[in-house]
Amino acid sequence: MILSILVLTALASAFGLLLGYAAVRFRVEGDPLVDQIDALLPQTQCGQCGYPGCKPYATAIANGEADINQCPPGGEAGIQKLADLLGVEAKPLNPENGEEKDKLVAIIIEQDCIGCTLCIQACPVDAILGAAKKMHTVIEAECTGCELCVEPCPVDCIKMVPIRTGLPDWKWPKPRVPVESRL
Amino acid sequence: MKRMLWKFHGGLHLPGHKTLSNQTPIQAAPLPDFLVFPLRQHIGETAVPVVKVGDKVLKGQVIAKAKGYVSVPVHASSSGTVVAIEARPVPHPSGMFADCIVMQTDGADQWIDLNPVIDYPTLSQSALRNKLREAGIVGLGGAGFPTFIKVNPGSQLPIETLVINGAECEPYITCDDLLMRERSKGIISGIEILQHLVQAKEVLIAIEDNKPEAIRMMQQAASNNTLIRVVPIPTVYPTGGEKQLIRVLTGKEIPSKKLPADIGVICVNPGTAYAIHRAIHHGEPLISRIVTLTGRALTNPGNLETLIGTPVKDLITSAGGETEQIDRLLMGGPMMGIALNTDNIPVIKTTNCLLAAAPDELSTPSTAQPCIRCGDCARACPADLLPQQLYWFARSEEMQQAESYHLFDCIECGCCEAVCPSQIPLVQYYRFAKSDILEAERERLQADKARLRHEAREARVIRLENEHQAKLAEKKARLAKARTSDDSKKDEIAAAIARVKAKKSNQETEP
Ligand code: SF4
Ligand code: SF4
Ligand code: SF4
Repeated sequence: MILSILVLTALASAFGLLLGYAAVRFRVEGDPLVDQIDALLPQTQCGQCGYPGCKPYATAIANGEADINQCPPGGEAGIQKLADLLGVEAKPLNPENGEEKDKLVAIIIEQDCIGCTLCIQACPVDAILGAAKKMHTVIEAECTGCELCVEPCPVDCIKMVPIRTGLPDWKWPKPRVPVESRL
Repeated sequence: MKRMLWKFHGGLHLPGHKTLSNQTPIQAAPLPDFLVFPLRQHIGETAVPVVKVGDKVLKGQVIAKAKGYVSVPVHASSSGTVVAIEARPVPHPSGMFADCIVMQTDGADQWIDLNPVIDYPTLSQSALRNKLREAGIVGLGGAGFPTFIKVNPGSQLPIETLVINGAECEPYITCDDLLMRERSKGIISGIEILQHLVQAKEVLIAIEDNKPEAIRMMQQAASNNTLIRVVPIPTVYPTGGEKQLIRVLTGKEIPSKKLPADIGVICVNPGTAYAIHRAIHHGEPLISRIVTLTGRALTNPGNLETLIGTPVKDLITSAGGETEQIDRLLMGGPMMGIALNTDNIPVIKTTNCLLAAAPDELSTPSTAQPCIRCGDCARACPADLLPQQLYWFARSEEMQQAESYHLFDCIECGCCEAVCPSQIPLVQYYRFAKSDILEAERERLQADKARLRHEAREARVIRLENEHQAKLAEKKARLAKARTSDDSKKDEIAAAIARVKAKKSNQETEP
């Protein structure tokens, strides 16, 4: 009897210690809800939502400070995903934040570039390559189309252009065959 | 001894329409004035041009080199001059333009120096695979997957069975039938090379029983190779689907998202085997193929040995077709082919058939009725899916649901659509859903990359700011120290002055 009590106590405290250690050792960093929301945002980092990037907006949504309809690049589909995650009604995009449009990429008209590095400082994803007094260029594959580099350019040599689509990223359209009403 | 065969779920008995094109022998298509070579002719990476406008090229010369692993070079299919490298319409359901090399032929049709492999069994397998790659060989039956990769099963199971897929189950198409009838020896020689590469325990040549002539010729050609067996199989559409054919021949199911090689089977089209024979024994790269020209809008249907790059328009003309009579033009068969909106596109390595249909030949439903949940589609589906469920999910864009109902196991055979009493364009919905899911996946990867880059930048900005602040603080401290040392100097000077003054006053008072 005594023995079994001792054994059970020993086991209980051993596992308690183990669990306690595991809780400290393997603690999940960050707020999982923020990360779940952030995973649904397009990571354009454009700030049109009113926050300085996608993660701050995700944090604001998680804290109930921001609404789910403030991200224009995510658009209708993005709002729907957020609504599904949070279990709320989807709503139309807030026009104050901008409008949904096709994805663009920045190009620098290279002969006009004076090498001022202002755009490099504006780019949230380091998609611009250049150095002081040297011509700059945009790494197209890394550009999120946030347009943050357009404004700072003193000689207006950054343009936003439609992304080039090739055969591999062509998408089958949704069929539009009329369905006859059976009434 | 008759071999035991299995059945797959569903499938259809379709009118074959094969006699339209299989009554005459293979003929050579006339040499066109211009040849157009899309740089991307199959899945995988786009090839990179190695010629420029104005270059003279010979038949068989490499004009675009492979890029990356899943890629093979493109060869000029006749001799002449490169006249353009530009975007042209290409065979693709989008009707989009893509980069092509355009050459004008000179009529001499002059080959480069050909280097056949004299004794291929002495080559290492990797050297032999590389020969197939250099010859530009891709699967001629389906999506054009590079053959050198297919015959390299790597660390997977040993290959038990090499299947030669001569089923040719889709209506109208007869190019493999004719090839097997007329060039059985070459096909068998290609199969022997394949067999040497994959070391299969048995080779099965599967041919639908509606092609008795092809069966006879292949049996004859294979008669002194004991490993090879010709297996006539029942004519059911789509028995030529890889998974369906393997089920019929071996009774084995390929699990969802797995390849035939995962259960020890490799499937190759007879046209590909023939191309391998030409590449190894004659040194010829893949520059031509047999194309079926068929449909009631043609007065001269048949099979034409066609140079890759030949414009569709030229082929239709030589088969006696007039553009005005053609109601619909398809590349491929009526079930799985793609509709072409122009004949100004070239034949590529995977073009097996051109179907020029007269107005009443193919049904073109223009309106659909609502789904009545009759379940006919599920009974017909050879992949054992629930097409009506997939349709509902695709229509309401519940893509995750569609995926969990195995959307990606759908082979787009069109059986469900063919039997649907409501004439719903089901396959279009599945294609839409598949490409939507793939696009979302691409976007997610892109977003993940942007997030990483943004976080890295944030971290850097903070680090630089901290370093800057640290430097500032250090400078301040140094200055402050300098100031205090200044003060002490002043004090010292003041003290010295005071001392001197005191001395002086002492001196003055002394006498
Ligand atoms: S290059 Fe310009 S548009 Fe593109 S991500 Fe950078 S700042 Fe945004
Ligand atoms: S065959 Fe057509 S109508 Fe019948 S269940 Fe399938 S999709 Fe619905
Ligand atoms: S198209 Fe897809 S869903 Fe329809 S019958 Fe064929 S495999 Fe099944």
